[in-house]
Amino acid sequence: MDWINAVLQGLLLGGQYALLACGLSLIFGVMRIVNLAHGVLAVASAYLAFWLVQLTGMPSFLTIAIVIPVLAAVGYAIQRGLFNKALRHGELSPLLVSFGLAVIGANLLQEIFTADSRKISIGDLSTSSVELGDLRIGVFSLITLVVAVAVIVGLQLYLSHTRIGRAMRATKDDPEAATLMGIDERHMYALATAIAIGTVALAGVFLGMSTQFSPTYGDLVLIFAFEAVIIGGLGSLWGTLLGGLVLGVAQTVGAQIDPAYGVLAGHLVFLVVLLFRPQGLLPKAVVA
Amino acid sequence: MTTLLEVDAIDVAYGDFRALHGITLTVAEGETLAVIGANGAGKSTLLKTIAGLLRPSAGQIRFDGHNVSHTPAHRRVREGIALTPEGRRIFASLTVEENLKVGAHGRRPGPWNLRTVYDAFPLLEELRTRRGAHLSGGEQQATAIGRALMSNPKLLLLDEVSLGLAPVVIADIYRALPTIAEKGTTVLVVEQDLTQALTVADRVQCLLEGRTVLEGAAAEVTREQVQAAYFGVDASEGREAG
Repeated sequence: MDWINAVLQGLLLGGQYALLACGLSLIFGVMRIVNLAHGVLAVASAYLAFWLVQLTGMPSFLTIAIVIPVLAAVGYAIQRGLFNKALRHGELSPLLVSFGLAVIGANLLQEIFTADSRKISIGDLSTSSVELGDLRIGVFSLITLVVAVAVIVGLQLYLSHTRIGRAMRATKDDPEAATLMGIDERHMYALATAIAIGTVALAGVFLGMSTQFSPTYGDLVLIFAFEAVIIGGLGSLWGTLLGGLVLGVAQTVGAQIDPAYGVLAGHLVFLVVLLFRPQGLLPKAVVA
Repeated sequence: MTTLLEVDAIDVAYGDFRALHGITLTVAEGETLAVIGANGAGKSTLLKTIAGLLRPSAGQIRFDGHNVSHTPAHRRVREGIALTPEGRRIFASLTVEENLKVGAHGRRPGPWNLRTVYDAFPLLEELRTRRGAHLSGGEQQATAIGRALMSNPKLLLLDEVSLGLAPVVIADIYRALPTIAEKGTTVLVVEQDLTQALTVADRVQCLLEGRTVLEGAAAEVTREQVQAAYFGVDASEGREAG
């Protein structure tokens, strides 16, 4: 029973990883940019939500309505102002620019919010659970998993069936040919980043509700998100969902063997996938 | 007839290499002009410059009465210039129908939509769910032309429609050109295939090493004149120029 429980808890944890990772996956899928500022943006979103609750006393979940649009706008500006320019100088430049952003972002958060750990309060929800025979499922973890699946399905439908989604995929295939269709490549990239950072904002607020965070917590977020993306297969959103779940299960099953081995087991699964299936479990599904 | 496109003495260079030297060209509304010339004559460069992918270092491009020399490519599409580029550049991960829909991204009104494109190229309707990566050369070319038409252009630029295709396929594609012209679209074709170019065009203009060497009504120029201009042979004396 302990093992079944470990797998179940892993799937729930995996929902959080998938939600954190899908923005990273989308930005890589459309622009081939590895955004190293991903984790810091998630943590900044958590701080913004935390600050809003402190300042206004608004319900924690309501902050999402403010944090998502604000971060999406930040994403648009980062793409338009920095990444688009960096892309002209080759593939390495955006990576370096995003690394710089990550360093600056973490230090700014430390300046503004100090290095103290914070958590966004969600009251009883953080401890409430439903019983399933001998198993207990945390309600908040379950909500996170459902939200993660909904976000990924939503993104996939958006890319497949809308005018802008099609234009994004076309731009990904051939940016110059896309401009011949009347598509402004720079605007399209910025929209993709805005959507991706919007999902990061959502994931960041959920993260801040589930765990203690500090300005440097983004490093860990980036590593887990990156592992989820690689395990699932670069550029595939379904793959990212699967990758998040696999990573979550690996960590909880590892922790079941010995509580100290949880994170290590996740890294080992990541390494094994890199060694034996470098293209990931579900490479190039619909997006790529 | 009113002039739709005026290319006025443009120079275009790739770094130190000058591909076009003071090319001048006009296309009247409703006519079909064929620009012909051998490999490296500057034909594709000319079309890319008209479409906005390249900027002229001198000279001006006027479209529909105003200067578009500094208008970015994606806005020229919205003003009514569409290019089917060299190599077709079909979006590989998109289906044929999605490729066509992307062509309509700018939402210009006009006679062309999925229905009318499928009527002009019945083949595309059969292939609508196939991905761009899995199309043959001829299928790609038909998709590329259909995709360009979906933007409802006033001026359609066709680059090397026949390149690398079987003669049967080329004939099929050229059969659709009169339908396109009938709907009021002005067409500028670039071709290496003289026979096709002379059949569809009202006028021909021949380029050699970035300069215009022959210009005239398609019905009036002789094959010999065109061939001479094409290969850079001086027609009157029969010896090689340059």
